[in-house]
Amino acid sequence: MTVEILLQSVISGILMGFVYALIAAGLSLIFGLMEIVNFAHGEFLMLAMFGAFWTWALWSVDPLLSLPLTTAALFLLGVLTYKGIIRWILDGPMLTQIFATFGLAVFLRSGAQFLFGVDFRLIQNPWIQGRISLGGLFIGLPQLTASLAALAAFGFLYWFLTRTETGLALQATAQDRQAASLMGIDTEWMFALGWGIGSACVGVAGALLAIFFYVFPDVGATFALLAYVTVALGGFGNVPATLLAGVIVGLVEVLGGVLINPALKYAVVFLLYLVVVLWRPQGLFGKF
Amino acid sequence: MSTRSGSELNTILKAEALDVAYGDFQVLWDAGIRVPDGEIVCLLGPNGAGKSTLMNTLSGLLKPRAGRVEFGGKRIDGLPPHRIVGEGLAHVLERRRLFPYLTVRENLLLGAHHPQARRRREESLRWVEGIFPFLAERQRQLAHTLSGGQQQMVAIARGLMARPRCLMIDEPFLGLAPKVVQDIGAVIQQINREGITVVFIEQNVELALRLAHRGYVLESGRVILEGPSAALLQSSEVKRIFLGG
Repeated sequence: MTVEILLQSVISGILMGFVYALIAAGLSLIFGLMEIVNFAHGEFLMLAMFGAFWTWALWSVDPLLSLPLTTAALFLLGVLTYKGIIRWILDGPMLTQIFATFGLAVFLRSGAQFLFGVDFRLIQNPWIQGRISLGGLFIGLPQLTASLAALAAFGFLYWFLTRTETGLALQATAQDRQAASLMGIDTEWMFALGWGIGSACVGVAGALLAIFFYVFPDVGATFALLAYVTVALGGFGNVPATLLAGVIVGLVEVLGGVLINPALKYAVVFLLYLVVVLWRPQGLFGKF
Repeated sequence: MSTRSGSELNTILKAEALDVAYGDFQVLWDAGIRVPDGEIVCLLGPNGAGKSTLMNTLSGLLKPRAGRVEFGGKRIDGLPPHRIVGEGLAHVLERRRLFPYLTVRENLLLGAHHPQARRRREESLRWVEGIFPFLAERQRQLAHTLSGGQQQMVAIARGLMARPRCLMIDEPFLGLAPKVVQDIGAVIQQINREGITVVFIEQNVELALRLAHRGYVLESGRVILEGPSAALLQSSEVKRIFLGG
């Protein structure tokens, strides 16, 4: 074990952490608004990655160029999911809520397998490729790009939630729906918007991941699991805290792989998750 | 025993024959009130009488099964709450219900979220800071870190930010120290002098009727008594309900 390998791992852990954070932020936002876990969050990510892949495969459009389109499409998908499914089960029993989004996940994954097959696909020759060397350390440019873009998207989300009228209205709805409606806030629209924004987060993340990650129908599962861990670490509904939590998950994943055994890297992440939910069920940072 | 509120002309808020239920459990039966423009009106009654349910129905949080609600001559039952506040009827919920993890300033700004109020937001901020001077120095504090009395004042200020013609307050004095009760009573009178109609819920008959011009008494989901405060204070029926006499 050299210092280089360790440093290399720390850097790549942090870089992936920013992407995890963005994915988790979408999940956390939706949970914070209505206490519903979107079990199809990973499948939304998969759809975004396929969206980026097919716009490249069919029309040779680079994922970075189609990113606004992917994001808009996922926003729309989120709003439609709320209007078409979630709205009807909001007052339903918890099991109904779980199986509604879980069923959607199975449907989307099977649909993707049916339409696209189970092949692993990779975008060839994206705009951004290769790597840069920093004092003996190598950083993949696609990873660096995805990471910084995810961080920027996260920053934009934070700005939107804390500095705009609509963002404050979203926070108000999350903290007290009845009181928010008495302020003149259309909470029904806030719910739909929250699903739109939460899904748009994986729209951005999916387009960025498609630059360097294999695209296949099951790709969402791993990312979604890591996103649940990230959200639990940060505190359910605490969007800003997912940034640090994402970096922690990224670091634990990579360092677990390097220091213990690559086959055990997710086991280490979930061990961390168990420790946190047993020791601090409200998450490391509590309420936003 | 009704005296001065009979005329339709100066009634700002009117509810008629309201039946309200939670699922199969009916809470209000044929309930009606009439709030004269510019008055202070209190809703009295023991726990579970349906006072909060009535107020929640007026502000649109609950949909009545039957009956109608009119505000400023316009029918508002059936409108969602975020539209009703835009009509000029604001509602401060029981137990303040501030947004706990937003600052005092953000809470106040959200009070003026609806379009008509948003245009006057800065002016409204100065107005409520005039009424509650402590607000100015607490702007950046998170709402949940305030004392109960301060939270109640922020809640009332947030309701005023909507620039309502009528402000409804559910139990404004609940759990507050006597000094704070006095302060908030004075504020209610002050905003009423500025032309705002006030409807509030209170369990303490003496306190409520000293502050209000008139009262409505609810029992088991029905409005059983109404009238000017002075008359209600003398009423043997009121004594029976509240003092068990």
